[in-house]
Amino acid sequence: MSTAQHVQHSPLRIFLKTIAARAYPRVMAANRQKTWVFFDMAFPMVGALAMVLVYQGLHAPRQYLGFVVMGGAMLAFWQNVLWSMAAQFSWDRGNGTLELYVISPTTFEGVLLGMALGSMFTVTLRAGAILLLGSLLFGITYTAAGTLPAIGVFLLTLAALYCLGMLLASLFLFYGREAWHLSNAMQEPINFLSGLYFPVNALGAYVGGAASLVPMTLGLDAMRQLLLPGTPVFIPAGTEALLVAVQIPVFAVLAGISLRYMEIRARRDGKLVTRWE
Amino acid sequence: MARTHHPSSDTSRLAVETRRLTRVYKTRRELTTALQDVDLEVGEGELFGVLGPNGAGKTTLIKILVTLLLPTSGQAFVDGLDVVTDYKRLRSRIGMVSGGEQAGYGILKVREQLWMFSQFYGMDSTAARKRIDELLERLGLSDAANKQITGLSSGMRQKMNLVRGLMTDPRVLFLDEPTVALDVSAARDVRSEVRRWMREDPTRTVILTTHYMQEADELCDRVAIVNRGRIVAEGTPRALKQSVDDDVIVDLQLDPGTPVLDRLRAIEGVGAASVREEDGVDRFSLMLADDGVLPRVMTTVEGAGRHVSGLVRRQPTLEDAFVKLVGRSMTEEEA
Ligand SMILES: Nc1ncnc2c1ncn2[C@@H]1O[C@H](COP(=O)(O)OP(=O)(O)OP(=O)(O)O)[C@@H](O)[C@H]1O
Ligand SMILES: [Mg+2]
Repeated sequence: MSTAQHVQHSPLRIFLKTIAARAYPRVMAANRQKTWVFFDMAFPMVGALAMVLVYQGLHAPRQYLGFVVMGGAMLAFWQNVLWSMAAQFSWDRGNGTLELYVISPTTFEGVLLGMALGSMFTVTLRAGAILLLGSLLFGITYTAAGTLPAIGVFLLTLAALYCLGMLLASLFLFYGREAWHLSNAMQEPINFLSGLYFPVNALGAYVGGAASLVPMTLGLDAMRQLLLPGTPVFIPAGTEALLVAVQIPVFAVLAGISLRYMEIRARRDGKLVTRWE
Repeated sequence: MARTHHPSSDTSRLAVETRRLTRVYKTRRELTTALQDVDLEVGEGELFGVLGPNGAGKTTLIKILVTLLLPTSGQAFVDGLDVVTDYKRLRSRIGMVSGGEQAGYGILKVREQLWMFSQFYGMDSTAARKRIDELLERLGLSDAANKQITGLSSGMRQKMNLVRGLMTDPRVLFLDEPTVALDVSAARDVRSEVRRWMREDPTRTVILTTHYMQEADELCDRVAIVNRGRIVAEGTPRALKQSVDDDVIVDLQLDPGTPVLDRLRAIEGVGAASVREEDGVDRFSLMLADDGVLPRVMTTVEGAGRHVSGLVRRQPTLEDAFVKLVGRSMTEEEA
């Protein structure tokens, strides 16, 4: 009798293949269900533009309109992190897919990055549309020289945001409904605190400092400083960018620890198991 | 520990081994002991059946062995690896398919979804696609390969799930009621494919749970009968049937009338009795200590005013062994 040697692929290979494979259904969904164009694009756009109109009505300073437009664009990414990444595990548990992730040799990190990457195209398109349309409609002007550094800050912010998303996703491994409530609860205050619609320094040092835990706060503020002339300075853009850069490994490491820990807790309490009843 | 079934085997030759495996579920209201002190040894290359009524603990056992659930106490090893401490290494060597499961993404086509899952195991894409097509063909699913999953019938879906379990060539494959709700021919396809897959490499092992007696009898090399979290018997289907060989087994058909099951069970010499209704008649299955018990049975039946429409003596089945061990039939609810 021959004892077949089982092939065990390297963790890196599995990681990369997982990212591509998990991104795949997201990409296909965007191709096959065209309705997303409407739901994903039209609704958030209306929201952001409505906010601009309110500001205009209040005769807010001109650069505030720019804040709103940029905030609306960034919001698209934040919502994606909250609902399409963190909360996805809750859906996956419901139909048994989570079980299959767990028993396979892949990692949650690969699965989550795949999800993120898979929806990157549609989210970027949505954010871009808000930015473009908002800017044209309200005649917002940007500092051209700030573009490149702002793109750099944007990429840093995005990385930090998705690492935070992984941390949140770990909660969904263990908690069901409770994690939904948390995500829900985090949505509005964070939209507010992170200064999506106004400069952070309006919050004062303490609240602003606390809000800075969400990478979007600092990143957005830095981008505004770089792109919109006359932005009030909370912390200089360079420092903010540095802080966001530091958040990336911090959130990544925390997410890794939390994913491991929550997995073991969930195995102990039977939370990974889907029951068919 | 005595290894009666595989005298020559060392631990690495056992595909599955559990020692006093126990699992207790804690919910807000109560504690449920789903598995209690389960000792199991399954040799490499075996097709091992776990047979038991609803709530017996079959799924709990599987979920512990595939690293989804931690034991409350006791130990479990799969392919020589501890499911608690060595779970990371173990995961590339196992697979699990559950009947009726809905995993995956409905937007994908059958072939795409299977490819996606193959990637979580690091399989080479080209090799995976080839393997998937081959397995789909074997299960008669080639025509559905490019169908979107949301459009599949539940039988097709179950077959697709089986392909997912087979394609990664796990050392030990766990099938939790793989033929549940399948029609006769689809169930046959699934069983024969599992058998064929095992023949491809004789070191492959399958652990299968079922509550279909006939499936366990026909398909499995060995069977464990589980009831209320405990293994109540274990052996080849033939050996289990032999345990009721000394009994006289009769099938008794009665026209409708007053219930008599409890009265029959009360007769001295009736080892076990079960009943199911079919086409308006009650079909009783009785296990008698010897032929001499039969007259007493007939007296009781007539005393209850029931009319006998049929009586045959027959060969024991696995179901009879089950009824004798568990005290009730698989489908009968616990009193
Ligand atoms: N996650 C859980 N939380 C609490 N109790 C559970 C959980 N899963 C199973 N149980 C209980 O544990 C016992 C064994 O359940 P299990 O699902 O393992 O049985 P089973 O043999 O697979 O049954 P079935 O034939 O219905 O699939 C049952 O009493 C069940 O109610
Ligand atoms: Mg079950």
